[in-house]
Amino acid sequence: MTLDTRPHAVAWWLWSTGLAVAALRTSNPLFLLLLGAIIGLVAVGRLRGAEARRTMRGFLLLAAIVVGLRLALQVLVGQRLPGHVIVGFPSISLPTWAQGVSLGGPVTIESLLVALVAGLRLAVVLVAFGAANALSSARELLRSLPPVAHEAAVAVTVALSFVPELFGSVARIREARLLRGRPSSGFAAIRGITVPVLEDALERSVHLAASMGSRGFGRRSPTPPVSRVVITVSSALLGAILLLLGGYGSLAGSSPLLVPLGSAVLGVLLLGASTLMSGRRSVRTRYRPAPFGQRSLACAVSGWVPLLIIAVFGAVDPAAISWGPSPLAWPTLPPVLLVMTLVAMVPLLVAPTPPGVGRRSRVLEATT
Amino acid sequence: MISFDRVSFRYAEAWILRDLDIVVADGELLVVVGPTGSGKSTLLKMVNGLVPHFSGGDLAGEVTVAGRSVVGSSPVDLADLIGYVGQDPRSSFVAETVEEEIAYGMENLGVAPAVMRRRVEDALDLMSLHEVRTRSVRTLSGGQQQRVAIAAVLASAPSILILDEPTSALDPGAAEEVLSSLTRLVHDVGLTVVIAEHRLERVLPFADRVLLLDGEGGATVGEPGRIMASSPLAPPLIDLGRLAEWDPLPVTVRQARRSAGALSALLADERPAPAPLQDGRNVASVTNLTVAYDGLRALDRVSLSFAAGTVTAIMGRNGSGKSTLLGAMAGLLAPTAGAAEVSGQAPRSMDAKDRICLVGLVPQDPGALLYAQEVGDECRVADLEHHLDPGTTAGVLGNLGGEIDPHRHPKDLSEGQRLTLALGVVLAPRPLVVLLDEPTRGLDYGAKRLLCHQIRTLCDQGAAVVVASHDVEMVAMVSDRVVVLAGGEVIADGETRDVVCHTPAFAPQVAKVLSPQTWLTVDEVAAALGAIEP
Repeated sequence: MTLDTRPHAVAWWLWSTGLAVAALRTSNPLFLLLLGAIIGLVAVGRLRGAEARRTMRGFLLLAAIVVGLRLALQVLVGQRLPGHVIVGFPSISLPTWAQGVSLGGPVTIESLLVALVAGLRLAVVLVAFGAANALSSARELLRSLPPVAHEAAVAVTVALSFVPELFGSVARIREARLLRGRPSSGFAAIRGITVPVLEDALERSVHLAASMGSRGFGRRSPTPPVSRVVITVSSALLGAILLLLGGYGSLAGSSPLLVPLGSAVLGVLLLGASTLMSGRRSVRTRYRPAPFGQRSLACAVSGWVPLLIIAVFGAVDPAAISWGPSPLAWPTLPPVLLVMTLVAMVPLLVAPTPPGVGRRSRVLEATT
Repeated sequence: MISFDRVSFRYAEAWILRDLDIVVADGELLVVVGPTGSGKSTLLKMVNGLVPHFSGGDLAGEVTVAGRSVVGSSPVDLADLIGYVGQDPRSSFVAETVEEEIAYGMENLGVAPAVMRRRVEDALDLMSLHEVRTRSVRTLSGGQQQRVAIAAVLASAPSILILDEPTSALDPGAAEEVLSSLTRLVHDVGLTVVIAEHRLERVLPFADRVLLLDGEGGATVGEPGRIMASSPLAPPLIDLGRLAEWDPLPVTVRQARRSAGALSALLADERPAPAPLQDGRNVASVTNLTVAYDGLRALDRVSLSFAAGTVTAIMGRNGSGKSTLLGAMAGLLAPTAGAAEVSGQAPRSMDAKDRICLVGLVPQDPGALLYAQEVGDECRVADLEHHLDPGTTAGVLGNLGGEIDPHRHPKDLSEGQRLTLALGVVLAPRPLVVLLDEPTRGLDYGAKRLLCHQIRTLCDQGAAVVVASHDVEMVAMVSDRVVVLAGGEVIADGETRDVVCHTPAFAPQVAKVLSPQTWLTVDEVAAALGAIEP
């Protein structure tokens, strides 16, 4: 367990994806708030470093903006629901081709609440995505992609560093223009900067290709027998299709949840098997591979518990999962559901706290 | 280990390399020497197949490495055998952090994770990079990046290491350190190393043999002393040895000191000619200048003034704030506190067009200043933009010397020619202050001498010239005054002779050989000898 102290990047992404899917399947604002609070608490408790905190803050801000925007849009152009009117704006009638969109009109509490829940749902998804990003960078995730996707992962990694390089290049060329006494902003400057920046980028990619080549990128062991390739590729394809169907089913919300969930799990298993088989072909090894151990497993599974709860409660007690504004009533959350959902906070138990300040031994440090 | 059998190469009509027969032995450190454009980089890239596989062109003859044909296999196939570090390490980075970058090659080769972990640590130690191990490679200083690039190929444990100008971005101390580490590997594990380098004073002491390219496709290989005796490119030490007619010709300062007894005695009563009196008025100054970014103080309360007609060299290790100082004086960087002034005005607050009439900066990569498709166009555009009489820039360029074909594309020029062109463009509006950032990068001795001549001429015309450089020999040749920065603070400021002769890191070769006498250049010694003999 010494190596597996911190959950794997994939575990964090699985955890947050599970919570995000759960958020998409519920319309109970209390349940949404609960999910948001769980994600927030885990993220705050287990973030490392200033940059991770910046990332998380950014996503929280974005989530708040989304909720605000959703409400504003509802007031301006949202669908008019009958009910308790708060403010009556003059309604502007639109031609028939713009049916469904209404400008102005009375604003009801019901319509605002619907918008609030929809905005909240999006906000939880955003916060989940932000937490995954902050708890483990996209780069970390790319590094742990299976060997079969290695080439693609390197391409994405290079592309990720390409953007900051491009900004650097623009800054450099702007400075060079200043040194020649040329304007560094305005239309002429944009033209004058674009061409050298593209030249730079082209030159750099040629250099990079040479460097990657001379450092052995894309070395392979001899090709395996055809039958293995066929099995690998077909199981990967089938797995991907099952995963897609399952994913769509569990998000779309019309079918009962258990069927698509089962399909998704089967898809993941098939993909895993195909990955294991294809991995033997590459000669590649990995520096400091992060093991996917028990802690990671616990973390990943706990993120999907809320969705399971939704699937079960959806069948038994739909009122706990979905909530509508008419008739106007406070949403409720059964205590059983609340307690069960708290399982998603397992990462707080299995992931270590960020290093804090401890006491040092004076005797041991006396000599230094 | 490496053999070239009647190898010729060309991109277009003219052959760059012709009929080369070279054998590099196992565990040898070979230094490749030649004027710019003589095919050094091409020769190096041939060893691991980047030429011709990535470059195109015609290759005749056979290059074999450890018995494998280079033409028959690609650089990818040879990656386990050869580590290659190109001229610009920045453009070769694949991964994000230093550790990952070092591990990248090993991951591709399928080195076992446990071995990989150990080798990364070894490479970090060997290149003194453990303090920056988790940093992003893109945020490191030029010198650190150079060392990361070398560590990254060393970690794969190649049998052959190819380095194209590995010390051009390093300060003298760091260069020495990197080369000693490599020598240790050559001795301990029998690594074969091929280095192309312009600054021979740095690499010659480590060389087993020298390969001299003559610039017309031919090459000679031999012992450093023998090759240097007739080489048109030679570091000051060799020039001194030739002047004093030492035989055999010493290639290290230590050897030279042993032969220098007679010369020292002869010069004992002579004194270097005193520097001409500097009474130029101050045209630029910085007062309590502090520039901070990313939470670091690149410059910390620096106060300096620069007089007309004086060449000031700014020295200091990588990341000590040299470029930042030039950037602040050229108005590219805003001071966090304090002020920079050029003839009484703050360059930052001036319009770009007015500013370049007062202060001109040639950056490390002079090509960044050039846009046009032809040298002639570049000059005409510069005239138009600065409302100069037509032909002014071309005239300035002509006076700088170095004859440049006006119909060539700036990217096709040699490093020296490109620098001259950039200098011409910057000098056309006749700025009072001229700033040069690391101008000798990639220059051979001929181009360097021309640059020194250009700087002196500028100075005689009344400009204040400030040069930031790691090149101690160039500083000794051209500067009147040296300012040493460390951690963003000025730690020494004085006449060149006083400052550089007292620190081994900044002392030129001649001063090291003849210390405690304080001669800086071969020309000074020659002048003194000339005064004695007739």
